[in-house]
Amino acid sequence: MKDSKTPSKQGGLSADIQARIGHQLRAIYDEVVRQGVPPRFAELIEQLGSVEAQTATATADEIAAKDSGRV
Amino acid sequence: MPLTQQLRDELLGCVPSLRAFAISLSGNGDRADDLVQETLLRALANIDSFQPGSNMPAWLFTILRNLFRSDYRKRRREVEDADGSYAKALKSQPEQTPHLEFEEFRVALDKLPQDQKEALILVGASGFSYEAAAAICGCAVGTIKSRVNRARSKLSSLLYVDSADDFGPDNAVRAVIGGGNR
Repeated sequence: MKDSKTPSKQGGLSADIQARIGHQLRAIYDEVVRQGVPPRFAELIEQLGSVEAQTATATADEIAAKDSGRV
Repeated sequence: MPLTQQLRDELLGCVPSLRAFAISLSGNGDRADDLVQETLLRALANIDSFQPGSNMPAWLFTILRNLFRSDYRKRRREVEDADGSYAKALKSQPEQTPHLEFEEFRVALDKLPQDQKEALILVGASGFSYEAAAAICGCAVGTIKSRVNRARSKLSSLLYVDSADDFGPDNAVRAVIGGGNR
């Protein structure tokens, strides 16, 4: 199946507008990605990596239980 | 399974894109970092269920997305000052994006239904395939495609009401930089 090549206002968006939306989305996204890893996350993984993350398990189970009740 | 150094590195390597996903979803930098932290805690607690060699980013994005949705339901009625914290999260506006255009886009993005917003971000910014995005959201590939299309249409109608003919990208940028002639 091919998309129609001529953009129409009613139907599919023009490639131009799609490109602009993509550009804007990635501008926000990439700006954050460029900030790298804030120290708090590196420390978190170092600290919790060696320990059994008991509290995290509790939290995760709680959320998992809630999620499974949904759909 | 022990948390090997390799797994730690993989987890850390995913943090930048997890933060970007969380900020794009929530529009709130502080909340986004809390979401990322919760995601990492949950991942560490369930590291046994992670298959080495499988798609770590998709696994983590799935966790974050589920956390965000349960969090979102809880907070739905809260009034949020998203503007200030969002700006703080970004520290500076995205490069090469005029301020007005960026603000308009952010506001429009926040108006999308959650389903559409997450689909658009996953496919349009995170770079996941439709198939991977569908797995992350727990829905059919066709559903993701449809959500992305609807998200684009909605954004387009909110942002680019004028015909694209007389308002191409270059013109749009010039108009905003040039002091807003429209």
